[in-house]
Amino acid sequence: MRLLIAEDTPSDRLILANLIKRLGHEVILAIDGKEAVEQFIEHRPDIVLLDVMMPYKHGTQVAREIRQIAGEDLVPIIFLTSLNEASDLAACLEAGGDDFLSKPYNTVIIKAKIMAFSRMRRLHKEIQGQREHLVQEQIAAKGIFDKIAHYGVLNSPNIRYLISPKAIFNGDVVLAARHPNGDLLVLLGDFTGHGLPAAIGALPLAEVFHGMVSKGFALEDVLREVNSKLKSILPVGVFCCATAAHLGFRNRSIEVWAGGLPEGVIYNTQTKLIKKIHSQHLPLGILSAAQFKYQPVYFEMDDNDVIYLWSDGIIETVNAEQEMFGFERLLNVFTQSSNPNTVFDEILQHVEDFAVQGSEQADDHTLIEVKMQDAPSLALQHALLVKPKVAHRGLADCVMSCELGVESLKTFDPVPLVTHLIFQVTGLKPYVNTLNTILAELYSNALEHGLLHLDSVLKNSAQGFAKYYALRHERLNALDEGYIRFDIKHQPTEIGGKLTLQVTDSGRGFQLAQRQVTPASETNHNSLINYHGRGIRLIETLCQRLEFIAPGNSVIVEFDWQWL
Amino acid sequence: MAVLTASSADGKELIIKIKGRFDFSTHQEFRNAYEQAPLEMSCYVVDLKDATYLDSSALGMLLLLRDHAGGDSSQVKIVNCNADVKKILTISNFEQLFTIV
Repeated sequence: MRLLIAEDTPSDRLILANLIKRLGHEVILAIDGKEAVEQFIEHRPDIVLLDVMMPYKHGTQVAREIRQIAGEDLVPIIFLTSLNEASDLAACLEAGGDDFLSKPYNTVIIKAKIMAFSRMRRLHKEIQGQREHLVQEQIAAKGIFDKIAHYGVLNSPNIRYLISPKAIFNGDVVLAARHPNGDLLVLLGDFTGHGLPAAIGALPLAEVFHGMVSKGFALEDVLREVNSKLKSILPVGVFCCATAAHLGFRNRSIEVWAGGLPEGVIYNTQTKLIKKIHSQHLPLGILSAAQFKYQPVYFEMDDNDVIYLWSDGIIETVNAEQEMFGFERLLNVFTQSSNPNTVFDEILQHVEDFAVQGSEQADDHTLIEVKMQDAPSLALQHALLVKPKVAHRGLADCVMSCELGVESLKTFDPVPLVTHLIFQVTGLKPYVNTLNTILAELYSNALEHGLLHLDSVLKNSAQGFAKYYALRHERLNALDEGYIRFDIKHQPTEIGGKLTLQVTDSGRGFQLAQRQVTPASETNHNSLINYHGRGIRLIETLCQRLEFIAPGNSVIVEFDWQWL
Repeated sequence: MAVLTASSADGKELIIKIKGRFDFSTHQEFRNAYEQAPLEMSCYVVDLKDATYLDSSALGMLLLLRDHAGGDSSQVKIVNCNADVKKILTISNFEQLFTIV
C-alpha cells in the first residue's frame, strides 16, 4: 500500500518512514501542511499519517481538506500525537481523523492499525462498487419499464397521462390498448410491495394486456388472465390495485372494473356532472381463478365524457401541517374548473401548491385522462396499410364450422377465436379492424337478440342502459338451451379472395313478410334495423352482400378482398 | 411502530396489537409475532386501536398472516379500526377476506 507521512520533525519523519517501509509499504513524504495536501492530490495514498502541529497548515486543517478532496472515497487519516497533545484529540476527531499513533512509535501497533484500516478501505470499495452496480441496474430496469408504458396507444390524441418518475420503485403502471374494432381499453395499476420486486409485476401485466386486447378479447377475459398470472408469479402480500375501463365507441358504453384504487371519476364537460368509479373488487393477484370476481359497472357513453383515473399518490400528498390532499379537494378541482381542456393541469397545479415545497411527494403522481371526444376512429372501409410479411402462405380454400352450446355461450367469448381462425388466411390480415367489427356485431346480435331476446331500444334511455346489461347478465345465466353457429368459407380468387360468413342462432328469428328478404326492401330494411340495432347498417357498408335467412335467425355476409 | 402479542385465556386465539404506523418498517416484527406463536391457533386477531396509519405494505402483511393462518380456511379478524384505517380496508375490499369489526 501507499502511505503519506506528513511530519515536520525530520528525525521523527525518518523513523516512521523506515518503520513503514520495513512493513513492505510505499512511503510518500511531506514536511509541512501545505506539502501534505499537494502530495495527497498528486499521489492519492491509501492511508494518511498526519502530524497535528505543522507549519503552514495545522494538521486538522489538512485533514479537512484531504477529506473534501477524497470525496466519496474512504481515506483513513491517522494523527501522530505526543502525549501532551491529548487535549487536542477531540478536535482531531472532529476534523476528520480516524485514529491516533503516539510517540514513541511501536512497530506492532502501527502494523495492526494499518491492517485494520486497509481492511476497512477494501470493504468500503466493495460497497461502492455494489452501489454503482445497483444504480446501473436500476437505470436499465427503468429503461425497460418506460418501454412498457409507452408501448400501446397512450399517445393517442384523446389521452393525457402522467406517470410518477418513481414508478419503477412504487410500482405504478398505465396501459392503453386498442381493440381491433376500435374500442379502447385502459388500465391504471399500482403494485404494492416494495421496490423492484413489486414493479416487476408490471412486465407480465403489460404483456397479457396488450396481447389479449389486440386480439379482441373482452375486458373480463383480460382481467381474469392477468389476475391468474399475477397470483401465480407474485409472492403472497404483493398485489396490484387497479382500475380498468373498456371504452366501447361502437356501442356507446363504458365498462369499468375497479379493485383497490381510490375512486376514479367520469366527468362530463358539458353538464359538469361527476360519476364516481368505486372500487368494489379485491386487487389483482390475490384471488385464485375460481374466486376472481368480475362485476363491472356500466355507464352510458356521452361524447363529452372524460374519464379520470389516479393512483393514491395525489390523494395522500401532505402539506406542512401533515394534512392529506384528500378526495374532496380533488373533486373541487372539477367543480371549480371552467375549462375542460385544462382540468388535467389544474389537478397537478393544485396538488403542487398544496404539497410541501420541494418534497418528494410533490411529483410522485400517476394520472390518466381519456376523452371520449377526439378518440381516433378507425377507418373501417380501408384496409390498414400493412402488407402481410409472409408471401401467400396460410389458408386459402377452406370451410370451417364452429358451434357453441349453452354452457360455452355462458363463459366463452368466441369472437377472438373465430377472428384468429380467419386470419390464417394471410391476405385478410390488413382487414383486421373490419372483420373483427363484423364478427363482433353479428355475434352480439345473435346472442343478445336471438337468444336472450333483449331489445336494443332499452339502451336508448338513461337508466335503460345499465338495465340492459344487468338483464343480459341475468338472462345469459338463466339460458338453458340454444346455440350459435359460425360457418366460415373462404375461396381464393385471382386478385384476392372471397370470405363468406354465416352466423346462425337457435332463436325464433323475427317476423319476416312473406316476400323475399333483400336489403333493398324498405320495410324489411327498417325492421331489420329496429330489431338488430345500428350495427347492421354498419356491416352493410362494409360487406358486398348481407342477407337474412328466414325466419331471420341466420345472417350471411360476403366479404371480397384484394391483395394490397 | 410497536407490535405486541397476547393470547386469549384458552390459548387458541392470538391477538396482535399494532401501535403507531403500520407500514413497511413493521414488517419483521409483525412476522415474528405470528411465526413465533404455536401453529395450532384457531383464530388471529389484529387489533388496530392504536394504529395511526396503514399503507399498502401493511395490507400485504395482513395477506401474509392470512396465508400463514390457513388461507381460505383461516379465521383472521381485524378489530378496532378508526375511520381512516377502515377507509383503506374498504377501498381494497379486504372485508371479502377478513372479518373487520
